Amino acid sequence: MSSVPLVLGIETSCDETGVGIVRGHTLLGESLASSVDEHARFGGVVPEVASRAHLEAMVPTMQRALDQAGVTLADIDAIAVTAGPGLAGALLVGVAAAKGYALAAEKPIYGVNHLAAHVAVDTLEHGPLPEPAIALLVSGGHSSLLLVEDLARGVQPLGATIDDAAGEAFDKVARLLGLPFPGGPWIDKAAREGDGASITFPRGLTGPRDQAEHRFDFSFSGLKTAVARWVEARERDGERVPVNDVAASFQEAVCDVLTAKAIAACRDRGVDTLVIGGGVAANSRLRVLAEERAAKYGIAVRVPRPKLCTDNGAMVAALGSHLVAAGVAPSRLDLPADSAMPLTSVVA
Amino acid sequence: MLVLVVDTATPAITAALAEVTEEGTRVLAERVTVDGKAHGERLAPQIEAALTEAGVKPRDLAAIVAGTGPGPFTGLRVGLMTAAAMGNALGVPTYGVCSLDGLGAPLSGHALVATDARRKEVYWAVYADGVRVDGPHVDRPAEVSPGAATTAVGQGALVYADVLGLPVPPDEPIYPSAFELARLAAPRILSGEPGERLVPLYLRRPDAVEPGARKHVS
Ligand SMILES: [Zn+2]
Repeated sequence: MSSVPLVLGIETSCDETGVGIVRGHTLLGESLASSVDEHARFGGVVPEVASRAHLEAMVPTMQRALDQAGVTLADIDAIAVTAGPGLAGALLVGVAAAKGYALAAEKPIYGVNHLAAHVAVDTLEHGPLPEPAIALLVSGGHSSLLLVEDLARGVQPLGATIDDAAGEAFDKVARLLGLPFPGGPWIDKAAREGDGASITFPRGLTGPRDQAEHRFDFSFSGLKTAVARWVEARERDGERVPVNDVAASFQEAVCDVLTAKAIAACRDRGVDTLVIGGGVAANSRLRVLAEERAAKYGIAVRVPRPKLCTDNGAMVAALGSHLVAAGVAPSRLDLPADSAMPLTSVVA
Repeated sequence: MLVLVVDTATPAITAALAEVTEEGTRVLAERVTVDGKAHGERLAPQIEAALTEAGVKPRDLAAIVAGTGPGPFTGLRVGLMTAAAMGNALGVPTYGVCSLDGLGAPLSGHALVATDARRKEVYWAVYADGVRVDGPHVDRPAEVSPGAATTAVGQGALVYADVLGLPVPPDEPIYPSAFELARLAAPRILSGEPGERLVPLYLRRPDAVEPGARKHVS
Protein backbone atom coordinates (compact mmCIF):
# COMPACT_ATOMS: atom_id res chain seq x y z
CA MET A 1 0.00 0.00 0.00
CA SER A 2 1.42 3.32 -1.12
CA SER A 3 1.45 6.23 1.29
CA VAL A 4 0.48 8.65 -1.46
CA PRO A 5 -3.33 8.98 -1.39
CA LEU A 6 -5.45 7.59 -4.21
CA VAL A 7 -7.94 10.24 -5.31
CA LEU A 8 -10.95 9.85 -7.56
CA GLY A 9 -12.37 12.77 -9.54
CA ILE A 10 -15.84 13.28 -11.01
CA GLU A 11 -16.65 15.93 -13.63
CA THR A 12 -20.12 16.84 -14.96
CA SER A 13 -20.09 20.63 -15.36
CA CYS A 14 -21.04 20.63 -19.04
CA ASP A 15 -21.59 17.84 -21.56
CA GLU A 16 -18.80 15.43 -20.57
CA THR A 17 -19.24 12.81 -17.86
CA GLY A 18 -15.72 12.16 -16.63
CA VAL A 19 -14.13 10.00 -13.96
CA GLY A 20 -10.40 9.97 -13.28
CA ILE A 21 -8.20 8.24 -10.72
CA VAL A 22 -4.91 9.79 -9.68
CA ARG A 23 -2.14 8.93 -7.24
CA GLY A 24 0.13 11.92 -6.63
CA HIS A 25 0.80 13.27 -10.11
CA THR A 26 0.18 9.95 -11.83
CA LEU A 27 -2.99 9.28 -13.78
CA LEU A 28 -3.95 5.65 -13.20
CA GLY A 29 -7.29 5.47 -14.96
CA GLU A 30 -9.88 7.65 -16.62
CA SER A 31 -13.07 7.33 -18.52
CA LEU A 32 -15.20 9.80 -20.39
CA ALA A 33 -18.72 9.72 -21.83
CA SER A 34 -19.84 12.64 -23.95
CA SER A 35 -23.30 13.80 -24.93
CA VAL A 36 -21.83 16.13 -27.57
CA ASP A 37 -23.56 14.31 -30.44
CA GLU A 38 -26.95 14.83 -28.83
CA HIS A 39 -26.36 18.59 -28.73
CA ALA A 40 -24.96 18.93 -32.26
CA ARG A 41 -28.31 19.55 -33.97
CA PHE A 42 -29.07 22.33 -31.49
CA GLY A 43 -25.77 24.08 -32.23
CA GLY A 44 -24.88 24.26 -28.54
CA VAL A 45 -25.17 22.36 -25.29
CA VAL A 46 -28.78 21.88 -24.12
CA PRO A 47 -28.62 21.77 -20.30
CA GLU A 48 -31.48 19.30 -19.75
CA VAL A 49 -30.11 16.93 -22.40
CA ALA A 50 -26.69 17.10 -20.72
CA SER A 51 -28.15 16.42 -17.26
CA ARG A 52 -30.07 13.37 -18.47
CA ALA A 53 -26.96 12.01 -20.16
CA HIS A 54 -24.86 12.45 -16.99
CA LEU A 55 -27.31 10.38 -14.95
CA GLU A 56 -27.24 7.58 -17.52
CA ALA A 57 -23.49 7.60 -18.02
CA MET A 58 -22.20 7.99 -14.47
CA VAL A 59 -22.14 4.42 -13.16
CA PRO A 60 -20.71 2.82 -16.33
CA THR A 61 -18.11 5.60 -16.60
CA MET A 62 -17.11 5.06 -12.96
CA GLN A 63 -16.78 1.33 -13.52
CA ARG A 64 -14.58 1.77 -16.59
CA ALA A 65 -12.25 4.17 -14.77
CA LEU A 66 -11.91 1.83 -11.78
CA ASP A 67 -11.28 -1.15 -14.04
CA GLN A 68 -8.67 0.77 -16.02
CA ALA A 69 -6.85 1.79 -12.83
CA GLY A 70 -7.18 -1.74 -11.47
CA VAL A 71 -8.60 -0.52 -8.15
CA THR A 72 -11.90 -0.69 -6.30
CA LEU A 73 -13.77 2.08 -4.49
CA ALA A 74 -12.51 0.64 -1.21
CA ASP A 75 -8.95 1.53 -2.28
CA ILE A 76 -9.86 5.21 -2.87
CA ASP A 77 -8.76 7.66 -0.16
CA ALA A 78 -10.80 10.71 -1.22
CA ILE A 79 -13.41 11.69 -3.79
CA ALA A 80 -13.24 15.05 -5.57
CA VAL A 81 -16.08 16.43 -7.66
CA THR A 82 -16.63 19.58 -9.69
CA ALA A 83 -18.92 21.76 -7.54
CA GLY A 84 -18.87 24.67 -10.01
CA PRO A 85 -18.84 26.74 -12.07
CA GLY A 86 -20.93 25.14 -14.81
CA LEU A 87 -24.47 24.17 -15.76
CA ALA A 88 -26.48 23.97 -12.53
CA GLY A 89 -28.45 20.82 -13.35
CA ALA A 90 -25.43 19.03 -14.77
CA LEU A 91 -23.24 19.87 -11.76
CA LEU A 92 -25.93 18.58 -9.44
CA VAL A 93 -25.80 15.09 -10.97
CA GLY A 94 -22.06 14.83 -10.44
CA VAL A 95 -22.24 16.18 -6.91
CA ALA A 96 -25.07 13.75 -6.07
CA ALA A 97 -23.01 10.87 -7.48
CA ALA A 98 -19.93 11.92 -5.52
CA LYS A 99 -21.95 12.13 -2.32
CA GLY A 100 -23.44 8.69 -2.94
CA TYR A 101 -20.00 7.17 -3.53
CA ALA A 102 -18.46 9.04 -0.59
CA LEU A 103 -21.28 8.03 1.75
CA ALA A 104 -21.26 4.39 0.73
CA ALA A 105 -17.48 4.03 0.77
CA GLU A 106 -17.16 6.27 3.89
CA LYS A 107 -14.58 8.53 2.24
CA PRO A 108 -14.03 12.31 2.45
CA ILE A 109 -15.47 14.43 -0.35
CA TYR A 110 -13.95 17.56 -1.93
CA GLY A 111 -16.26 19.82 -3.95
CA VAL A 112 -13.78 21.62 -6.18
CA ASN A 113 -13.60 24.51 -8.61
CA HIS A 114 -13.69 23.44 -12.25
CA LEU A 115 -11.35 26.20 -13.43
CA ALA A 116 -8.74 25.39 -10.80
CA ALA A 117 -8.99 21.77 -11.96
CA HIS A 118 -8.17 22.89 -15.52
CA VAL A 119 -4.94 24.32 -14.08
CA ALA A 120 -4.18 21.32 -11.86
CA VAL A 121 -4.46 18.79 -14.67
CA ASP A 122 -1.14 20.00 -16.05
CA THR A 123 0.60 18.40 -13.06
CA LEU A 124 -0.31 14.99 -14.53
CA GLU A 125 1.70 15.85 -17.62
CA HIS A 126 4.51 18.08 -16.37
CA GLY A 127 4.76 17.45 -12.62
CA PRO A 128 4.39 20.01 -9.83
CA LEU A 129 3.31 23.45 -11.00
CA PRO A 130 5.76 26.27 -10.25
CA GLU A 131 3.96 28.99 -8.30
CA PRO A 132 3.21 31.70 -9.09
CA ALA A 133 1.99 30.87 -12.58
CA ILE A 134 -0.34 32.55 -15.03
CA ALA A 135 -3.12 30.35 -16.40
CA LEU A 136 -5.01 30.97 -19.61
CA LEU A 137 -8.21 28.88 -19.68
CA VAL A 138 -10.12 28.91 -22.92
CA SER A 139 -13.03 26.72 -23.89
CA GLY A 140 -16.66 26.81 -25.00
CA GLY A 141 -17.62 27.83 -21.49
CA HIS A 142 -14.75 29.94 -20.23
CA SER A 143 -12.09 32.45 -21.26
CA SER A 144 -10.12 33.47 -18.21
CA LEU A 145 -6.72 34.73 -17.31
CA LEU A 146 -5.71 33.76 -13.78
CA LEU A 147 -2.87 34.34 -11.37
CA VAL A 148 -2.08 31.12 -9.53
CA GLU A 149 -0.10 31.85 -6.40
CA ASP A 150 -1.28 28.87 -4.36
CA LEU A 151 -3.51 26.40 -6.16
CA ALA A 152 -4.65 24.80 -2.90
CA ARG A 153 -5.93 28.05 -1.38
CA GLY A 154 -7.36 30.12 -4.19
CA VAL A 155 -6.78 31.56 -7.59
CA GLN A 156 -6.87 35.25 -8.49
CA PRO A 157 -8.84 36.17 -11.61
CA LEU A 158 -7.05 38.80 -13.70
CA GLY A 159 -9.48 38.95 -16.57
CA ALA A 160 -12.27 37.11 -18.38
CA THR A 161 -14.46 37.42 -21.41
CA ILE A 162 -17.02 40.20 -21.25
CA ASP A 163 -19.29 38.50 -23.81
CA ASP A 164 -18.76 35.20 -25.67
CA ALA A 165 -16.32 32.51 -24.57
CA ALA A 166 -13.53 31.84 -27.05
CA GLY A 167 -14.85 28.35 -27.82
CA GLU A 168 -18.30 29.76 -28.40
CA ALA A 169 -16.88 32.10 -31.04
CA PHE A 170 -15.28 29.08 -32.73
CA ASP A 171 -18.67 27.30 -32.74
CA LYS A 172 -20.52 30.30 -34.13
CA VAL A 173 -17.98 31.04 -36.86
CA ALA A 174 -17.89 27.35 -37.81
CA ARG A 175 -21.66 27.39 -38.20
CA LEU A 176 -21.39 30.51 -40.36
CA LEU A 177 -18.91 28.71 -42.60
CA GLY A 178 -21.01 25.55 -42.81
CA LEU A 179 -18.59 23.56 -40.64
CA PRO A 180 -19.85 21.02 -38.05
CA PHE A 181 -20.28 21.46 -34.27
CA PRO A 182 -18.19 21.68 -32.14
CA GLY A 183 -16.38 24.19 -34.32
CA GLY A 184 -12.89 24.26 -32.79
CA PRO A 185 -11.29 21.26 -34.49
CA TRP A 186 -12.93 22.08 -37.85
CA ILE A 187 -11.78 25.70 -37.86
CA ASP A 188 -8.28 24.50 -36.94
CA LYS A 189 -8.33 22.02 -39.82
CA ALA A 190 -9.65 24.49 -42.38
CA ALA A 191 -7.21 27.16 -41.17
CA ARG A 192 -4.25 24.93 -41.99
CA GLU A 193 -5.17 25.27 -45.69
CA GLY A 194 -5.78 29.02 -45.43
CA ASP A 195 -3.87 32.27 -44.99
CA GLY A 196 -4.28 33.84 -41.56
CA ALA A 197 -3.05 37.18 -42.80
CA SER A 198 -5.45 37.40 -45.74
CA ILE A 199 -8.27 39.17 -43.86
CA THR A 200 -7.74 41.54 -40.95
CA PHE A 201 -10.45 40.89 -38.39
CA PRO A 202 -10.76 43.07 -35.24
CA ARG A 203 -8.84 42.25 -32.06
CA GLY A 204 -11.30 42.89 -29.22
CA LEU A 205 -10.32 45.01 -26.18
CA THR A 206 -6.81 45.73 -27.42
CA GLY A 207 -7.20 49.46 -28.09
CA PRO A 208 -5.39 52.07 -25.99
CA ARG A 209 -8.55 52.88 -24.04
CA ASP A 210 -9.12 49.21 -23.18
CA GLN A 211 -5.69 49.00 -21.60
CA ALA A 212 -6.98 50.87 -18.57
CA GLU A 213 -10.26 49.11 -17.96
CA HIS A 214 -10.02 45.76 -19.72
CA ARG A 215 -6.32 45.06 -19.89
CA PHE A 216 -6.71 41.33 -19.27
CA ASP A 217 -10.32 40.90 -20.39
CA PHE A 218 -11.47 39.40 -23.67
CA SER A 219 -14.29 40.12 -26.09
CA PHE A 220 -15.12 37.87 -29.03
CA SER A 221 -18.60 39.06 -29.90
CA GLY A 222 -17.41 41.87 -32.18
CA LEU A 223 -15.04 39.51 -33.95
CA LYS A 224 -17.83 37.03 -34.59
CA THR A 225 -20.02 39.81 -36.00
CA ALA A 226 -17.18 41.07 -38.20
CA VAL A 227 -16.69 37.60 -39.65
CA ALA A 228 -20.44 37.30 -40.29
CA ARG A 229 -20.52 40.69 -42.06
CA TRP A 230 -17.51 39.78 -44.18
CA VAL A 231 -19.03 36.46 -45.24
CA GLU A 232 -22.44 37.97 -45.94
CA ALA A 233 -20.93 40.70 -48.10
CA ARG A 234 -19.26 38.04 -50.28
CA GLU A 235 -22.48 36.06 -50.49
CA ARG A 236 -24.46 39.17 -51.44
CA ASP A 237 -22.04 39.87 -54.27
CA GLY A 238 -22.38 36.28 -55.43
CA GLU A 239 -18.75 35.58 -54.68
CA ARG A 240 -17.37 32.31 -53.37
CA VAL A 241 -16.52 32.45 -49.64
CA PRO A 242 -12.87 31.42 -49.11
CA VAL A 243 -13.68 29.20 -46.10
CA ASN A 244 -10.06 28.29 -45.34
CA ASP A 245 -8.86 31.89 -45.40
CA VAL A 246 -11.75 33.10 -43.26
CA ALA A 247 -11.14 30.28 -40.76
CA ALA A 248 -7.40 31.04 -40.65
CA SER A 249 -7.90 34.80 -40.27
CA PHE A 250 -10.52 34.38 -37.57
CA GLN A 251 -8.31 31.89 -35.71
CA GLU A 252 -5.35 34.25 -36.02
CA ALA A 253 -7.36 37.09 -34.47
CA VAL A 254 -8.44 34.93 -31.51
CA CYS A 255 -4.99 33.45 -30.88
CA ASP A 256 -3.29 36.83 -31.28
CA VAL A 257 -5.40 38.40 -28.54
CA LEU A 258 -5.26 35.40 -26.21
CA THR A 259 -1.49 35.00 -26.34
CA ALA A 260 -0.73 38.73 -26.30
CA LYS A 261 -2.76 39.21 -23.12
CA ALA A 262 -1.41 36.05 -21.49
CA ILE A 263 2.19 37.09 -22.10
CA ALA A 264 1.43 40.63 -20.94
CA ALA A 265 0.00 39.18 -17.70
CA CYS A 266 3.17 37.11 -17.15
CA ARG A 267 5.39 40.15 -17.67
CA ASP A 268 3.19 42.43 -15.59
CA ARG A 269 3.30 40.03 -12.62
CA GLY A 270 6.87 38.89 -13.12
CA VAL A 271 5.76 35.30 -13.68
CA ASP A 272 7.78 32.91 -15.83
CA THR A 273 5.29 30.03 -16.20
CA LEU A 274 2.21 30.10 -18.42
CA VAL A 275 -0.25 27.19 -18.26
CA ILE A 276 -2.86 26.90 -20.98
CA GLY A 277 -5.96 24.74 -20.55
CA GLY A 278 -9.53 24.26 -21.77
CA GLY A 279 -10.76 22.86 -25.07
CA VAL A 280 -9.37 25.75 -27.13
CA ALA A 281 -5.88 24.89 -25.83
CA ALA A 282 -6.05 22.02 -28.31
CA ASN A 283 -5.90 24.60 -31.11
CA SER A 284 -2.64 24.12 -32.97
CA ARG A 285 -2.11 27.80 -33.79
CA LEU A 286 -2.65 28.87 -30.16
CA ARG A 287 0.10 26.51 -28.99
CA VAL A 288 2.58 27.65 -31.64
CA LEU A 289 1.92 31.36 -31.17
CA ALA A 290 2.08 31.12 -27.36
CA GLU A 291 5.42 29.34 -27.47
CA GLU A 292 6.83 31.74 -30.05
CA ARG A 293 5.92 34.80 -28.00
CA ALA A 294 6.80 33.31 -24.61
CA ALA A 295 10.27 32.30 -25.80
CA LYS A 296 11.15 35.96 -26.33
CA TYR A 297 10.75 36.66 -22.63
CA GLY A 298 12.02 33.39 -21.20
CA ILE A 299 8.55 32.28 -20.20
CA ALA A 300 7.90 28.53 -20.07
CA VAL A 301 4.62 27.45 -21.66
CA ARG A 302 2.92 24.33 -20.28
CA VAL A 303 0.07 22.85 -22.29
CA PRO A 304 -1.21 19.39 -21.37
CA ARG A 305 -2.07 16.99 -24.19
CA PRO A 306 -5.41 17.83 -25.86
CA LYS A 307 -7.28 14.99 -24.14
CA LEU A 308 -6.48 16.53 -20.75
CA CYS A 309 -7.31 20.08 -21.90
CA THR A 310 -10.97 19.37 -22.57
CA ASP A 311 -13.27 18.62 -19.61
CA ASN A 312 -12.48 15.27 -17.97
CA GLY A 313 -12.42 13.49 -14.62
CA ALA A 314 -8.63 13.34 -14.41
CA MET A 315 -8.40 17.11 -13.92
CA VAL A 316 -10.74 16.95 -10.94
CA ALA A 317 -8.78 14.06 -9.47
CA ALA A 318 -5.52 15.98 -10.06
CA LEU A 319 -6.83 18.97 -8.11
CA GLY A 320 -8.22 16.66 -5.40
CA SER A 321 -4.84 15.00 -5.11
CA HIS A 322 -3.16 18.41 -4.79
CA LEU A 323 -5.63 19.45 -2.07
CA VAL A 324 -5.20 16.24 -0.08
CA ALA A 325 -1.42 16.58 -0.28
CA ALA A 326 -1.67 20.20 0.91
CA GLY A 327 -3.71 19.12 3.92
CA VAL A 328 -6.83 21.05 2.93
CA ALA A 329 -9.95 20.02 4.88
CA PRO A 330 -12.64 18.21 2.92
CA SER A 331 -16.10 19.63 2.14
CA ARG A 332 -19.21 18.81 4.14
CA LEU A 333 -21.82 16.35 2.91
CA ASP A 334 -24.28 19.22 2.39
CA LEU A 335 -21.99 20.96 -0.10
CA PRO A 336 -24.00 22.67 -2.83
CA ALA A 337 -23.44 22.65 -6.55
CA ASP A 338 -22.65 26.28 -7.37
CA SER A 339 -23.07 27.21 -11.03
CA ALA A 340 -21.30 30.54 -10.37
CA MET A 341 -18.62 29.26 -7.99
CA PRO A 342 -16.01 32.02 -7.63
CA LEU A 343 -12.36 31.33 -8.34
CA THR A 344 -11.38 32.55 -4.93
CA SER A 345 -12.74 29.30 -3.52
CA VAL A 346 -10.99 26.16 -4.71
CA VAL A 347 -12.97 23.92 -2.34
CA ALA A 348 -16.70 24.31 -1.63
CA MET B 1 -32.81 -7.13 5.35
CA LEU B 2 -31.76 -3.52 5.78
CA VAL B 3 -32.90 -1.29 2.96
CA LEU B 4 -32.21 2.38 2.24
CA VAL B 5 -35.16 4.27 0.77
CA VAL B 6 -34.88 7.64 -0.98
CA ASP B 7 -37.42 9.79 -2.75
CA THR B 8 -36.85 13.25 -4.24
CA ALA B 9 -39.75 13.44 -6.70
CA THR B 10 -41.58 16.18 -4.79
CA PRO B 11 -40.51 19.11 -2.57
CA ALA B 12 -40.18 16.48 0.18
CA ILE B 13 -36.63 15.19 0.47
CA THR B 14 -36.98 11.72 1.97
CA ALA B 15 -34.36 9.31 3.29
CA ALA B 16 -35.26 6.28 5.39
CA LEU B 17 -33.80 3.09 6.67
CA ALA B 18 -36.26 0.20 6.51
CA GLU B 19 -36.14 -3.41 7.58
CA VAL B 20 -37.76 -5.80 5.15
CA THR B 21 -38.54 -9.35 6.29
CA GLU B 22 -41.03 -12.09 5.40
CA GLU B 23 -43.08 -10.83 8.34
CA GLY B 24 -43.34 -7.33 6.99
CA THR B 25 -41.71 -3.97 6.45
CA ARG B 26 -40.92 -1.38 9.09
CA VAL B 27 -39.10 1.92 9.04
CA LEU B 28 -36.25 2.10 11.58
CA ALA B 29 -35.24 5.72 10.99
CA GLU B 30 -36.42 8.44 8.69
CA ARG B 31 -35.51 12.00 7.76
CA VAL B 32 -37.87 14.17 5.74
CA THR B 33 -37.52 17.85 4.97
CA VAL B 34 -39.67 19.89 2.62
CA ASP B 35 -37.66 22.26 0.46
CA GLY B 36 -38.15 22.18 -3.29
CA LYS B 37 -34.77 23.78 -3.92
CA ALA B 38 -32.41 21.89 -1.61
CA HIS B 39 -32.47 18.23 -2.71
CA GLY B 40 -28.80 18.39 -3.67
CA GLU B 41 -27.74 19.75 -0.28
CA ARG B 42 -30.10 17.91 2.04
CA LEU B 43 -30.42 14.34 0.80
CA ALA B 44 -26.96 12.97 1.58
CA PRO B 45 -26.78 14.33 5.15
CA GLN B 46 -30.29 12.96 5.75
CA ILE B 47 -29.23 9.51 4.57
CA GLU B 48 -26.23 9.67 6.87
CA ALA B 49 -28.42 10.81 9.78
CA ALA B 50 -30.96 8.02 9.24
CA LEU B 51 -28.21 5.39 9.11
CA THR B 52 -26.52 6.81 12.20
CA GLU B 53 -29.77 6.94 14.17
CA ALA B 54 -30.39 3.26 13.40
CA GLY B 55 -26.77 2.36 14.15
CA VAL B 56 -26.33 0.97 10.66
CA LYS B 57 -23.21 1.21 8.49
CA PRO B 58 -23.62 1.68 4.73
CA ARG B 59 -22.00 -1.72 4.17
CA ASP B 60 -24.82 -3.34 6.18
CA LEU B 61 -27.36 -2.36 3.51
CA ALA B 62 -28.79 -5.19 1.42
CA ALA B 63 -30.66 -3.10 -1.13
CA ILE B 64 -31.62 0.44 -2.12
CA VAL B 65 -35.11 1.54 -3.12
CA ALA B 66 -35.65 4.84 -4.94
CA GLY B 67 -38.75 6.70 -6.04
CA THR B 68 -38.37 7.11 -9.81
CA GLY B 69 -40.82 10.00 -10.08
CA PRO B 70 -42.44 11.47 -11.99
CA GLY B 71 -41.19 14.70 -10.49
CA PRO B 72 -39.37 17.91 -11.34
CA PHE B 73 -36.23 16.68 -13.11
CA THR B 74 -33.48 18.38 -11.21
CA GLY B 75 -34.54 17.20 -7.77
CA LEU B 76 -35.59 13.78 -9.03
CA ARG B 77 -32.14 13.14 -10.49
CA VAL B 78 -30.48 13.90 -7.14
CA GLY B 79 -32.26 10.97 -5.49
CA LEU B 80 -31.74 8.55 -8.35
CA MET B 81 -28.07 9.46 -8.84
CA THR B 82 -27.31 9.19 -5.13
CA ALA B 83 -29.11 5.83 -4.93
CA ALA B 84 -27.42 4.49 -8.06
CA ALA B 85 -23.96 5.56 -6.85
CA MET B 86 -24.50 3.96 -3.45
CA GLY B 87 -25.78 0.76 -5.05
CA ASN B 88 -22.76 0.69 -7.34
CA ALA B 89 -20.32 1.37 -4.51
CA LEU B 90 -21.83 -1.22 -2.18
CA GLY B 91 -22.51 -3.82 -4.84
CA VAL B 92 -26.16 -4.11 -3.78
CA PRO B 93 -29.24 -4.10 -6.01
CA THR B 94 -31.26 -0.92 -6.62
CA TYR B 95 -35.02 -1.06 -7.17
CA GLY B 96 -37.17 1.72 -8.57
CA VAL B 97 -40.77 2.38 -7.54
CA CYS B 98 -43.05 4.99 -9.14
CA SER B 99 -43.16 7.81 -6.58
CA LEU B 100 -46.91 8.29 -7.03
CA ASP B 101 -47.36 4.70 -5.80
CA GLY B 102 -45.83 5.89 -2.53
CA LEU B 103 -49.03 7.91 -2.12
CA GLY B 104 -51.55 5.67 -3.90
CA ALA B 105 -50.66 2.23 -2.57
CA PRO B 106 -52.33 2.55 0.87
CA LEU B 107 -55.58 4.02 -0.49
CA SER B 108 -58.77 1.98 -0.61
CA GLY B 109 -61.46 2.49 -3.22
CA HIS B 110 -60.88 4.61 -6.31
CA ALA B 111 -58.53 7.53 -5.83
CA LEU B 112 -56.59 10.08 -7.84
CA VAL B 113 -53.01 10.90 -6.86
CA ALA B 114 -51.61 14.21 -8.07
CA THR B 115 -48.30 15.93 -7.34
CA ASP B 116 -47.09 19.35 -8.48
CA ALA B 117 -45.37 19.26 -11.88
CA ARG B 118 -44.79 23.05 -11.95
CA ARG B 119 -45.77 25.07 -15.06
CA LYS B 120 -49.37 24.83 -13.80
CA GLU B 121 -49.42 21.07 -14.46
CA VAL B 122 -49.70 17.96 -12.29
CA TYR B 123 -48.22 14.50 -12.38
CA TRP B 124 -51.11 12.13 -11.79
CA ALA B 125 -52.28 8.53 -11.66
CA VAL B 126 -55.49 6.73 -10.72
CA TYR B 127 -55.60 3.89 -8.17
CA ALA B 128 -58.15 1.15 -7.47
CA ASP B 129 -57.63 -0.30 -3.99
CA GLY B 130 -53.99 0.73 -4.02
CA VAL B 131 -53.21 -0.56 -7.50
CA ARG B 132 -52.33 1.94 -10.22
CA VAL B 133 -54.85 1.56 -13.06
CA ASP B 134 -54.02 4.70 -15.07
CA GLY B 135 -50.88 6.79 -15.33
CA PRO B 136 -48.48 8.20 -14.53
CA HIS B 137 -49.24 11.20 -16.73
CA VAL B 138 -48.43 14.91 -16.76
CA ASP B 139 -51.23 17.34 -17.67
CA ARG B 140 -52.94 20.58 -16.81
CA PRO B 141 -55.32 19.96 -13.90
CA ALA B 142 -58.34 20.63 -16.15
CA GLU B 143 -57.20 17.85 -18.51
CA VAL B 144 -56.88 15.16 -15.83
CA SER B 145 -59.38 12.29 -16.28
CA PRO B 146 -59.85 10.84 -12.80
CA GLY B 147 -62.06 7.97 -13.97
CA ALA B 148 -63.95 6.43 -11.07
CA ALA B 149 -61.89 8.27 -8.43
CA THR B 150 -63.97 9.69 -5.59
CA THR B 151 -61.10 11.27 -3.68
CA ALA B 152 -57.80 12.93 -4.56
CA VAL B 153 -54.52 12.71 -2.66
CA GLY B 154 -51.17 14.49 -2.90
CA GLN B 155 -49.85 18.03 -2.90
CA GLY B 156 -51.06 18.58 -6.48
CA ALA B 157 -54.54 17.46 -5.49
CA LEU B 158 -54.48 19.97 -2.66
CA VAL B 159 -53.23 22.89 -4.76
CA TYR B 160 -55.64 22.26 -7.64
CA ALA B 161 -58.62 20.96 -5.60
CA ASP B 162 -60.93 23.53 -7.23
CA VAL B 163 -60.15 22.42 -10.77
CA LEU B 164 -60.00 18.70 -10.02
CA GLY B 165 -63.31 18.83 -8.14
CA LEU B 166 -62.50 15.90 -5.86
CA PRO B 167 -62.46 15.95 -2.05
CA VAL B 168 -59.00 15.74 -0.49
CA PRO B 169 -59.03 13.73 2.77
CA PRO B 170 -57.31 15.91 5.38
CA ASP B 171 -55.52 13.03 7.11
CA GLU B 172 -53.71 11.54 4.08
CA PRO B 173 -50.03 12.38 3.49
CA ILE B 174 -49.33 14.77 0.62
CA TYR B 175 -45.86 13.39 -0.23
CA PRO B 176 -44.74 9.82 -1.07
CA SER B 177 -44.18 7.61 1.97
CA ALA B 178 -40.85 5.83 2.37
CA PHE B 179 -42.63 2.99 4.14
CA GLU B 180 -44.92 2.40 1.15
CA LEU B 181 -42.01 2.54 -1.31
CA ALA B 182 -40.12 -0.06 0.75
CA ARG B 183 -43.23 -2.23 1.12
CA LEU B 184 -43.88 -2.15 -2.63
CA ALA B 185 -40.30 -3.24 -3.38
CA ALA B 186 -40.25 -5.87 -0.62
CA PRO B 187 -41.30 -8.87 -2.73
CA ARG B 188 -38.47 -8.19 -5.21
CA ILE B 189 -35.97 -7.65 -2.39
CA LEU B 190 -36.95 -10.80 -0.52
CA SER B 191 -36.93 -13.03 -3.59
CA GLY B 192 -33.48 -11.75 -4.51
CA GLU B 193 -34.66 -10.42 -7.84
CA PRO B 194 -31.83 -8.72 -9.72
CA GLY B 195 -31.73 -4.97 -9.26
CA GLU B 196 -32.50 -2.55 -12.05
CA ARG B 197 -31.00 0.60 -13.45
CA LEU B 198 -32.90 3.52 -11.91
CA VAL B 199 -34.63 5.24 -14.81
CA PRO B 200 -36.45 8.51 -14.06
CA LEU B 201 -40.06 8.85 -15.19
CA TYR B 202 -39.55 12.17 -16.94
CA LEU B 203 -42.81 12.11 -18.96
CA ARG B 204 -41.70 15.33 -20.66
CA ARG B 205 -39.12 15.82 -23.36
CA PRO B 206 -36.26 18.25 -22.72
CA ASP B 207 -36.96 21.84 -23.70
CA ALA B 208 -34.76 22.38 -26.68
CA VAL B 209 -35.30 24.00 -30.01
CA GLU B 210 -33.24 23.38 -33.08
CA PRO B 211 -31.85 26.65 -34.41
CA GLY B 212 -33.55 28.02 -37.51
CA ALA B 213 -31.79 29.48 -40.51
CA ARG B 214 -28.77 31.64 -39.85
CA LYS B 215 -29.65 35.09 -38.60
CA HIS B 216 -28.18 37.90 -40.65
CA VAL B 217 -26.32 40.60 -38.79
CA SER B 218 -26.43 43.35 -41.36
ZN1 LIG C 1 -13.92 23.35 -18.65
